[in-house]
Amino acid sequence: MFTQAQSPRLAQRRARVLKERAIEMVLFLAALVSVFTTVGIVYILVKESVVFFQQVSIVAFLTDTQWTPLFDDQHFGIMVLLSGTLTSSVVALAIAIPLGTIIAIYLSEFAPFKLREIAKPFLELLAGVPTIVYGFFALLFVTPILQWFYPELPGFNLLSAGIVMGVMIIPYVSSISEDAMRAVPMNLREGSYAMGATRFQTAVKVVVPAAFSGIASAYILGISRAVGETMILAVAAGMQPNLTFNPLEPAATITSYIVQVALGDLPHGSIGYQTIFAAGLTLMLFTFACNIAGHVLRKRFRETY
Amino acid sequence: MATVSVASSVESRPQPSAPLVPKVKASGLSFYYGAFRALKELDLVVHENCVTALIGPSGCGKSTFLRCFNRMHDLYPGNRYEGEIRLYPDDINLLAPGVDPIEVRMRLSMVFQKPNPFPKSIFENVAYGLRVRGERSGRTLEGKVEAALRDAALWSEVKDRLHQLAFNLSGGQQQRLCIARALATDPELMLFDEPTSSLDPIATASIEELIADLKKKVTILIVTHNMQQAARVSDFTAYMYLGQLIEFGRTDELFIKPKNKQTEDYITGRFG
Ligand SMILES: Nc1ncnc2c1ncn2[C@@H]1O[C@H](COP(=O)(O)OP(=O)(O)OP(=O)(O)O)[C@@H](O)[C@H]1O
Ligand SMILES: [Mg+2]
Repeated sequence: MFTQAQSPRLAQRRARVLKERAIEMVLFLAALVSVFTTVGIVYILVKESVVFFQQVSIVAFLTDTQWTPLFDDQHFGIMVLLSGTLTSSVVALAIAIPLGTIIAIYLSEFAPFKLREIAKPFLELLAGVPTIVYGFFALLFVTPILQWFYPELPGFNLLSAGIVMGVMIIPYVSSISEDAMRAVPMNLREGSYAMGATRFQTAVKVVVPAAFSGIASAYILGISRAVGETMILAVAAGMQPNLTFNPLEPAATITSYIVQVALGDLPHGSIGYQTIFAAGLTLMLFTFACNIAGHVLRKRFRETY
Repeated sequence: MATVSVASSVESRPQPSAPLVPKVKASGLSFYYGAFRALKELDLVVHENCVTALIGPSGCGKSTFLRCFNRMHDLYPGNRYEGEIRLYPDDINLLAPGVDPIEVRMRLSMVFQKPNPFPKSIFENVAYGLRVRGERSGRTLEGKVEAALRDAALWSEVKDRLHQLAFNLSGGQQQRLCIARALATDPELMLFDEPTSSLDPIATASIEELIADLKKKVTILIVTHNMQQAARVSDFTAYMYLGQLIEFGRTDELFIKPKNKQTEDYITGRFG
């Protein structure tokens, strides 16, 4: 009797356990796909870079001041490309970080509820515009305007690409910063208001410090986006390697060089082709360093309210 | 049972001897959260250098009432006051439309239910109100921060780590830090909203002692859930129920022979 009453229930439980297992398996496989992709990318980059560095010394790679892998007189100074990447990124971040932060402070602490609900999707739309469109916007709209102020500006330049890239990155910075600021509990704000602080004082002296780790992650994401951006630079900054930190000049960046070569007809296995992987590895190490820095910052300044 | 212990702690306390001077006076005060009327025509006088306790069952409007004094409700849309709260000796109506809530909050200060130190150092937490008021001189800041920390009975515990983050303090220390922060600006009236409800008995005792001590310097209005606490720290008690002020009087009188049946039921624990 006893077993008869129990057995259907036990069977049910076993079925449930099996179902749980199956779901767990599917989720695990999904996670595995992304891990494998990352491992695969790193594997290819490292393997091909090893081939490259058998022919070019790391010292030459880091110190040479020319980048001419496609010429007879070959030079492989990554600094040439890195300078373009850094210069355009600095321009972009000089726009995206201050504006993104100000927008976040405004939306989180000042804007009426309705405005915030309207503004946020618009900002996020800005992040959804294809980068090629931004590239042409920089080349055909922003550059002519800049030339109006400074006629000697070349048609391809890092400044215009950097500015437009900055605009593109604003929503990344503002959206994540705003979420972090909104998560600051109201009782912290009330504590500040009760001391006689204004809205602005409360926002700057209490809310921003309390949300600091989230805001720092927003900045790190912005940096990664700037360093990795390709199309805007390929279209608007010219693709000639140029060791310069002057945003008024045209220059190739690591990313725009990679598209250029990857789309060209270089034979596989040639040293020119191999440069793609060395450049890609450099870029990845750079972004990886950013992410580590972000992680450390988040750990150090974890929200403790 | 409860009445006995409450009454005994009331009887042993000496009467305030100085003549009573009103510090703030609410009259005909009603408050609306949108269409909901949370306070109904309250009248209350808070006397200078006295501790006045607000007691009553949960949801009766104690916090709502307290937050009218420093215009906290102005932070949220849709809230509305009626009636007035006069601050003496200036005799200004704190709720008047022409009165800037920031000006009001410059003169009153508030300690919240949950300690809410800012993400700053201990020193900067206490200096916050002074900086907000434009104080720049390092010497003045140091002096006032130290004085406030001493008044809040926290100085000896933190004097060697003034520049560490305030979050590293214990809950009771954080609450005393918030009291120091509220004291540093020399407020005329201090508002406490259940300041010990998130603390253990020892931390609670030290805060109660502090409050009883502070009334020499400042007028205090305190919300509490705990009737023993009201009996221990206050000179006057107001009993509220459903947004109305049911009874107000000297704490000893109100606890020993309440005039109102509802008050009696509440303090004897038959209801609440
Ligand atoms: N923001 C708000 N919007 C609408 N109604 C509110 C709001 N805050 C409080 N109330 C209502 O106002 C009434 C009084 O609330 P209040 O917080 O002042 O009570 P309280 O006496 O402090 O209670 P407790 O002892 O639980 O803290 C309650 O009915 C509550 O539901
Ligand atoms: Mg309350």
